[in-house]
Amino acid sequence: MANLERSKQRRGLVAIHGAMAFVIILLIFQIWLLSATLETFLAGHTGAVLQAAIFSGLVFLGCLALDLFVTRVDQESRKP
Amino acid sequence: MPLLRSPSKEPLWKDEFSVFTSDERYVTRRQFTKFLTLASLGMFVGNLWILAKTYFAKTPSFPFADVGEVGEIPVRGVKLFSYPTPKDHCILVRTGEQEYVAYSQKCTHLSCAVYFSAKEDRLECPCHQGFFSVRDGSVLQGPPPRPLPQITLERNGARLVAVGVKGS
Repeated sequence: MANLERSKQRRGLVAIHGAMAFVIILLIFQIWLLSATLETFLAGHTGAVLQAAIFSGLVFLGCLALDLFVTRVDQESRKP
Repeated sequence: MPLLRSPSKEPLWKDEFSVFTSDERYVTRRQFTKFLTLASLGMFVGNLWILAKTYFAKTPSFPFADVGEVGEIPVRGVKLFSYPTPKDHCILVRTGEQEYVAYSQKCTHLSCAVYFSAKEDRLECPCHQGFFSVRDGSVLQGPPPRPLPQITLERNGARLVAVGVKGS
């Protein structure tokens, strides 16, 4: 029983680590996207501003989904 | 209940704040993920701010200003003037019999004044050897990151009139 509990927790932990790594990758991409958009905006080129905002929103939704996933996995691995 | 705790027991703070070690590990990761998600929201808001600045930006209005008379300067000659404000120094170049171009004299690198080199047929910044095309103000060489802002010129009879700035 204790082994089963430990195995469940370990699997939950692996899932959480994977999700966190993915969130970090998404965040690095989003930082690059923001800096590139700001640079082009300051240079007077505004053609890609809308697309950048849409992509940034999608990345945020991805991060939010992963956050909800982490919360759910955490709650499930705690269930007796 | 004993009045004194034995030294081998858990520290006092763990008795008073009963946090289990396994729970603590999960809570920390979850909070960290929340923090990352909030940072992502911040980046998204930043992109939205840039979008809002783009869509609600006011179109600048430029005054009409007399630059000089047509034929006042020889071919490949220059004339300095100020536009749109007295602090914005510009350079007018006559590139052909009927061709005139004008640019802001402020280098887009570190704002040194550019001059026209008739020998090399380009605008040159003496500070860091930044060179610009006299045809369209684009960067030919050197550290300037952007082309020179171009002054839009119009003819009003025998007069040259500045009516706007492109790429400012």
